[in-house]
Amino acid sequence: MAPLLAQTAVAQTPYPAGAFDARSAADAFRALGLGVPVTSRDVLLQAPDIAENGGSVRITGGTALSGVRRVLLLVDRNPAVLSAVFEPSESVEPVFTLQVKMAQSATVHAVVLMQDGRLLASTKDVRVTLGGCGA
Amino acid sequence: MSDPTRIRAQLGTDGRTTVRILMSHEMESGQRKEANGRLVPAWHIQLVTVKLNDRPVLSAHWGPSVSKNPFLQFNLRGAKPGDRVAVAWTDNRGTSRSDEALVAG
Repeated sequence: MAPLLAQTAVAQTPYPAGAFDARSAADAFRALGLGVPVTSRDVLLQAPDIAENGGSVRITGGTALSGVRRVLLLVDRNPAVLSAVFEPSESVEPVFTLQVKMAQSATVHAVVLMQDGRLLASTKDVRVTLGGCGA
Repeated sequence: MSDPTRIRAQLGTDGRTTVRILMSHEMESGQRKEANGRLVPAWHIQLVTVKLNDRPVLSAHWGPSVSKNPFLQFNLRGAKPGDRVAVAWTDNRGTSRSDEALVAG
């Protein structure tokens, strides 16, 4: 019998293919039914200044605030800009480290959707010396 | 049959459990071309779920730009040594797997 997948909203909602096809951050937010994020110092984002292997770039994004609904990670010059959407319960700190592909030097975004509807973001430019989406 | 997901969950002195996960998956973005010029079709993890002692604590949807053999890390609150951390993934071909580890402390 197949394992019972988690009963959180993300596990139950259909895969947002439109959002993962989006070719710009604005299109990805729109496809997810979100507005425009506001830059906030409460959103932490760690990424290297220079990534030598675009195939695997370790980024950390999230916040120490409580009341988080979703954490999104985006790479704005990738063919598919949205990398990941996380939905943590209260048992998980809303900060995630993930290895992503970067096709070329780009701006990485960490975006946090709060329970109260606020959309907060932090960005960082990452220079890539060997691109990783088609290599 | 995919290779197992490696999971390490370590309880720290501050009460947080650091969970480090290494999944085994090709994660083809659908952008890569073979030597003959043909596009390799997208084949990647779409859904990730984590449970603590059978209770769902995290879900994620991933796109095609997550790296091959993806590494994921986060902190759990309120876990104790011996608690079970189960990590499951499903890819765009409908393949799933679930692996489990115990919190060490």
